[in-house]
Amino acid sequence: MAADDEVPEEVIRVTDVVTRFGDNLVHDGVSLSVRKGEIYGLMGGSGSGKSTLLKEMILLLRPDGGTIEVLGRNLAELGFEEAAWLRQQWGVLFQSGALYSSLTVAQNVGMKLREYTRLPEKVIDEIVRMKIRMVGLPDHAADLYPAELSGGMVKRASLARALAMDPRLLFLDEPTSGLDPIGAEAFDQLILKLRDMLDLTVVMVTHDLDSIWTVVDRFAVLGDHQVVAEGTLEEVIEQPHPIVRQFFWGARGRLRSAHGQ
Amino acid sequence: MRPDHPRQATKARLRSEQKADGWYLRLSGQWTAEKLEGVVGVLERLPARLGGTAVTWDFSEVGRMDSAGMMLHLHYRKELEKRGCRQKILGRTPEQEQLEALLLRHLPERIPKPASLASRLLRPLEGLGRATVNGFRDMRLFLEFLGENFLVLSRSLLHPLSIRFDAIAKNIEDAGVRALPIITLTSFLIGVVIAYQGAVQLQKFGANVFIVDMIGISVTRELAPLITAIVVAGRTGSSYTAQLGVMKITEEIDAMRVMGFEPHRFLVLPRILALMIALPLMIFFADLIGILGGMVVAHLHLNISWNEFLHRLQTVVAVKHFWIGIVKGPFFAWLIAVVGCFRGLQVSRDTESIGYYTTISVVNSIFLVIACDALFSVVFTQLGI
Repeated sequence: MAADDEVPEEVIRVTDVVTRFGDNLVHDGVSLSVRKGEIYGLMGGSGSGKSTLLKEMILLLRPDGGTIEVLGRNLAELGFEEAAWLRQQWGVLFQSGALYSSLTVAQNVGMKLREYTRLPEKVIDEIVRMKIRMVGLPDHAADLYPAELSGGMVKRASLARALAMDPRLLFLDEPTSGLDPIGAEAFDQLILKLRDMLDLTVVMVTHDLDSIWTVVDRFAVLGDHQVVAEGTLEEVIEQPHPIVRQFFWGARGRLRSAHGQ
Repeated sequence: MRPDHPRQATKARLRSEQKADGWYLRLSGQWTAEKLEGVVGVLERLPARLGGTAVTWDFSEVGRMDSAGMMLHLHYRKELEKRGCRQKILGRTPEQEQLEALLLRHLPERIPKPASLASRLLRPLEGLGRATVNGFRDMRLFLEFLGENFLVLSRSLLHPLSIRFDAIAKNIEDAGVRALPIITLTSFLIGVVIAYQGAVQLQKFGANVFIVDMIGISVTRELAPLITAIVVAGRTGSSYTAQLGVMKITEEIDAMRVMGFEPHRFLVLPRILALMIALPLMIFFADLIGILGGMVVAHLHLNISWNEFLHRLQTVVAVKHFWIGIVKGPFFAWLIAVVGCFRGLQVSRDTESIGYYTTISVVNSIFLVIACDALFSVVFTQLGI
């Protein structure tokens, strides 16, 4: 096996990250780590900076302090080539899908393959159609434009695009928001299945308690500019921190605990 | 150097070897999407070379393999199968077998065929048909838009207090006051250009002083209105389309509708009225600046003094020319604003359509302004004005 294949045990390590937007302090010493092969959740109320943290992990934003390491590389010290390599290693599902509206679903999914590989068109087409099926979209969806898709289909198409190059890391920004409970449940199951099939490490931003209960292996709760709790569900739920109590012992959380598991 | 620096990873390779029991294809290196370029050419030649023989795929030296690599292998395995090859597979890891099973499970049975030659040849006809149908649909929608607009306008005139005067004022500032610098620049330059071109010809006849007639009439009657309208169409017409288009995408327009604020009364009508008020004023301003431009050239080039120029301007240029130019203003403004708003409300859910309709809106409104100007010329000439 070549060295390129090795994914470190700690896929992502965030240490003491500080983020500020003007006077607005978002993160003040956020630290967490994501292990290989797990589905990791970033949780927290609106404005707690979970999406910001995700954007910092995927090189869209730079933290004002602290370090972030992804696949063993410090994001602050990346060279041009390393950054390009790193971007090949992950797939990102944006909250609203962010499909290119001028391209069909098949073109959206095949974009990276066309740009970064020299595979023959026939093979790319086969891969694209396979991915589209894999995420549970019907075959005819391939030739539709994003504007013609329903919300759930946009998410699935966007997931197929994120998976096009077989990434090792998958980032999901609120994958189930805007889906009905049945669709959200199906999407969660899909992510579980894909993780097992494709050997992925998944980082998802979510505030869907159902997702936390069903798919997430470990997660961090952000609040007060920091990580107030990190670990498995059993570990976090025992934490006495008021934000954690609010989340899991508020009316909705209690309901879930009563029916859950 | 770190162990898995990108440059160190080995590219995918494929060696073929003939043995007593047929061909051996030995795969090695990284069979991942970005490392495959070297083997595509080799694989492409395989079916022709190996047709009908026994082939063994040897996986024992393969490093990482992803679905692109596996799919490439599967594709050519199928091709060889079609050519009657007997194929065997050696040395695969359980993960690779799982990957193959996974891909085969999700492989669509048939890939849609590319369009046939005949249907591609018919495409221009299809395009023509679509364009015609769309043209008629746009026409109908435009009439609907105008109808709704007049309805709102007449209701507003019955209840003058319901007119959004603050919105009108704001739009006058955006479309009018803020456009003055660019209007100044363009109309000054137009005056200069006309005067220069005229000066060369007039000097030949020693008819220097007629430059005043020429500039006075051409600027006030034709050039100032036209140039101002074209600048406004590019600047304000496009921004109307983009503003309303974005509001359409973010569902603000739907939100207004359900709250009982008709977009026509709150968005469209103020824009139309504002531009109809602002454009004649801007034309007046452009008249002044254009004539000033001409005056400067006349002074420098033809030795006509400021006083002489102004005096002759008053005596030879009838005031009707000025009024004709101003009267065109509201008409041009109406065309620009109506087209801009109409196209803005046509924007659909995707972001691309904003660019599309903004372009169309500017093209349409400039064309309509010029066509309208031509119509005015014919009418005024026939009326002997």
